[in-house]
Amino acid sequence: MDLLELARGPALKVAVVVFCVGVVWRIVNIILLHYRRNFNEPRNGFAKSVLGGIKVAGSRSWPHPEFIPRTGAGEALGYSYHIGLFIVILAFGPHITFFGSFVGVRWPNLPSGVITIASVLTFTLLLAVLFRRVTNRVLRMLSNFDDYFSWFVTTLVIVTGMMTTAHFGGPYQTLLGLHILSFDLLLIWFPFGKLMHSFYIFPSRSLNGALLSRKGAAS
Amino acid sequence: MSSNVTTMRANLAPEEEKSPEARAAGAMSAFAQEIGALSAFRLESCIHCGICAEACHFYIATEDPKYTPIWKVEPFKQAYKREASAFAPVFRLFGLKPKVTAGELEQWQHLLYDSCNMCGRCSLICPMGIDVAALIEQARHAMFEAGLAPKELYQKAAHQKQTGQPEVSTEPYRDKLLVIGQEYGVEIPLDKTEVDVMLCVPRTDIEHYPKAVAALARVMQHLGVSCTFRSDGLVAENYGYYAGSKTWQRDISLRLIEQAIACKAKVLLVPECGHAYAALRWEAADMYGKPLPFEVRHVSEFLAEQLEVGNLKLRIAKTGATTFQDPCELVRKGGVTNAPRALMKALGIELHEMKNHGEFSFCCGGGGGVVDIERAAPLRYRTMENKLREINDTDAQTFLTSCSDCRRTFDDARKHFNWDKTPGSLLELVADNLAVDEGAMS
Repeated sequence: MDLLELARGPALKVAVVVFCVGVVWRIVNIILLHYRRNFNEPRNGFAKSVLGGIKVAGSRSWPHPEFIPRTGAGEALGYSYHIGLFIVILAFGPHITFFGSFVGVRWPNLPSGVITIASVLTFTLLLAVLFRRVTNRVLRMLSNFDDYFSWFVTTLVIVTGMMTTAHFGGPYQTLLGLHILSFDLLLIWFPFGKLMHSFYIFPSRSLNGALLSRKGAAS
Repeated sequence: MSSNVTTMRANLAPEEEKSPEARAAGAMSAFAQEIGALSAFRLESCIHCGICAEACHFYIATEDPKYTPIWKVEPFKQAYKREASAFAPVFRLFGLKPKVTAGELEQWQHLLYDSCNMCGRCSLICPMGIDVAALIEQARHAMFEAGLAPKELYQKAAHQKQTGQPEVSTEPYRDKLLVIGQEYGVEIPLDKTEVDVMLCVPRTDIEHYPKAVAALARVMQHLGVSCTFRSDGLVAENYGYYAGSKTWQRDISLRLIEQAIACKAKVLLVPECGHAYAALRWEAADMYGKPLPFEVRHVSEFLAEQLEVGNLKLRIAKTGATTFQDPCELVRKGGVTNAPRALMKALGIELHEMKNHGEFSFCCGGGGGVVDIERAAPLRYRTMENKLREINDTDAQTFLTSCSDCRRTFDDARKHFNWDKTPGSLLELVADNLAVDEGAMS
């Protein structure tokens, strides 16, 4: 079994199992904790509260204008590399073939030149994100192993992907094997760290938004 | 931060005789008990983006990263991960999340009490939608259980729990209330047994702003509302809420709830006090364990409703350009944004809003009990500089608010900074401009 076979065979299977079980367990563990009933008189009824939650799920993607002067640059950086990641992951032909084989559906891809540009930009933005994390006093204080390792596994996938498409640094088969192995690593790490925020973000916004809306509070 | 530990030890509540280990264990146990699905979700969702710092006036004023709101619950995040998270056994087995020490908690006392107004501005900025202020409130509960509430808040809460008053007064508040009625020439309805509205009063008003107490009675009299104060449930504030004691907060709330039930009130009217509104409007029923048999309304809300149905008619108030401080617990966290503005509009006020106003207003700096913590004053003054600048920039001649703690905080700043503005009460302005022939109150 060569590296590529290992990466997309048993390693991928293990990674997918760890990913699925880990993600489900992490979510179930929260759901199983207790709930407290609200007895206070709501300002808004159930339907309006739910609508408020849905609104906040979307509206928090963009900061309130009052905050933009202080947070605009940081948020722009954060959203930019996320958009770059989505483009590279979901619009690259070979990725569509790979993911399509799991879900049974395929979708149009972007030209490889566009993907190359997106990859380089995303990588650059990830470097900027790391630079900001280590130089900004607030971020440096808040950061722990999870922050840096999550950055590392994400960036590793991008870097090995760029090396593979550029045929840079070794035989294509080896580079592709390394790329898929790095993806396996990301899948395995995913449920243990902050990458889980991709599952939490919309429920978190919605839940808190609904509770604030119930009170008629600012959201 | 370690240099502050000695100072903070000196400020421990009377439970300081507990061993450090017992303090830490007590805090973590209290926190773990409160960790429900909602809190866990909030703790799990944090991505360490640090954006919440940019909403907090303590961070903005100092640029000290330790004032980042989510950092203020860091020991509790650590405890959650170690004790209750999905991979807690792994964290414990490999020592990835060590136990929170008593020393750490002592250091965090400054962050959770002195440098947090629980104003909720940080909850508006979080891209993950985390209600950071709610987590801080929970962390205060744990700190209280650990005997780490600041002594001022602890003592006031203990006294209020015991006597109904947060501090010793020269004479009982009931008597003071009657004296205020005599001084201002208004009848103080007291201890009636069947009314529509039960009134209560901030002890800040009794001690510092008696005209506001008289204004409340006068407005209710003008409206012809059947109402009463109750000797055994006079004080609106809840120092249990500030100190972080859920038990005392409940006991203090129950005192008012029982009195409201005793006088068959349909409405418990919260006077101009932001945190009293939060404690009674949003938390009292949960502590009571069932829905309250009456409504809880803030006085500005109540008066705006009376205005809308035509029961309240006001004269034009000659205040000149006026600005308004939005009390956080009332406006941002309580949803009472329009009512004060409706009253000001009816008074014909030329409102000059601050740069950050309404739901995005900065706290006065005194909320969350901070104004009561003596050692917090230097930091509070530093934080308030931005707020005073915003007020000055409005070019308003009159400065109003609808919270007695905001008022007290600004009054204190007026003396400290030799500031030229005096915070006024919206309720007093309403009482001074009732559309009747009685004339303004003296």
